[in-house]
Amino acid sequence: MARKHAILDGFASRFSGVASSSGGRIALREVPFSAQLDFRANPADGRVVDSVHKALGFVLPTDPNTAATAGGRSALWLGPDEWLIVGGEGEESLLTRVLHTALGETFGSVVDVSANRTVIEVSGSAARDVLAHGCPVDLHPRDFGTGRCAQTLLAKAQVIIHQVNDAPTFHLFVRTSFAWYLAEWLLDAMTEYCAEEPIGVSVPLGGQESPSPLRG
Amino acid sequence: MLLIPCPWCGQRDEIEFRYGGAAHVEYPADPETVDDATWARYLFVRPNPKGPLAERWCHSQGCRRWFNIVRDTVTHQIMRSYRMEEAP
Ligand SMILES: [Zn+2]
Repeated sequence: MARKHAILDGFASRFSGVASSSGGRIALREVPFSAQLDFRANPADGRVVDSVHKALGFVLPTDPNTAATAGGRSALWLGPDEWLIVGGEGEESLLTRVLHTALGETFGSVVDVSANRTVIEVSGSAARDVLAHGCPVDLHPRDFGTGRCAQTLLAKAQVIIHQVNDAPTFHLFVRTSFAWYLAEWLLDAMTEYCAEEPIGVSVPLGGQESPSPLRG
Repeated sequence: MLLIPCPWCGQRDEIEFRYGGAAHVEYPADPETVDDATWARYLFVRPNPKGPLAERWCHSQGCRRWFNIVRDTVTHQIMRSYRMEEAP
């Protein structure tokens, strides 16, 4: 039987090493295979908004760069008439049906974009600082807290950043073709918070500069 | 580096945007009937003031919406940012 492979399977051990080497300040993992649907509808159409609310438990957010979450599913604001609806693995057809029903005969669209992006989860007390190394958006909690999202660049790669809780935990939605690059960049950006390199190779502290962590 | 106010997302770095040239260039109402000189002016001639210029930008790495700003070409000061459907 065919087995599904997550795009960042090969990073699993380097990712899991981060928690201990950073003394618990950062945790890193991939959240693969989430259902992602691009939903376009008129936010002023109360019938569509109500229908989504009844079925999924959240009101489609109309404030730019905010997200609504209920029952483990989220709606991320992508534009004034566009959202990314995120659900668990295998929920593509369920969500498609719900959104089609909500639209009815009104103008809009539902597109399954699950294969477009994978999710890298970065959490812990140093997570915000790590992301700030390469992100032009101000991630300070006074401006960017739980329930905020932004489409922006992280280390020049286009991402959607979603802060999902106060840990803080961030979900980075990144195109699969950029996922390896972003994973390498994150591990590199985390070296200053890690007692040893996340891959587990010990590096003499002090004296010589650390060798590049970019290796396979 | 410019800090550009997207009418939807607020202040964002210039690297998230794509420039779209002068704004409010009017498409000839009846392109079949205009003479060559008028058509050429529509296609190729753009304002190039020393001072405030209305121009289009697209927040291409963000919300992907087109909008207008008025920018001073000398100082880079951005005086106004407004949505496509708003009056210039
Ligand atoms: Zn924007």
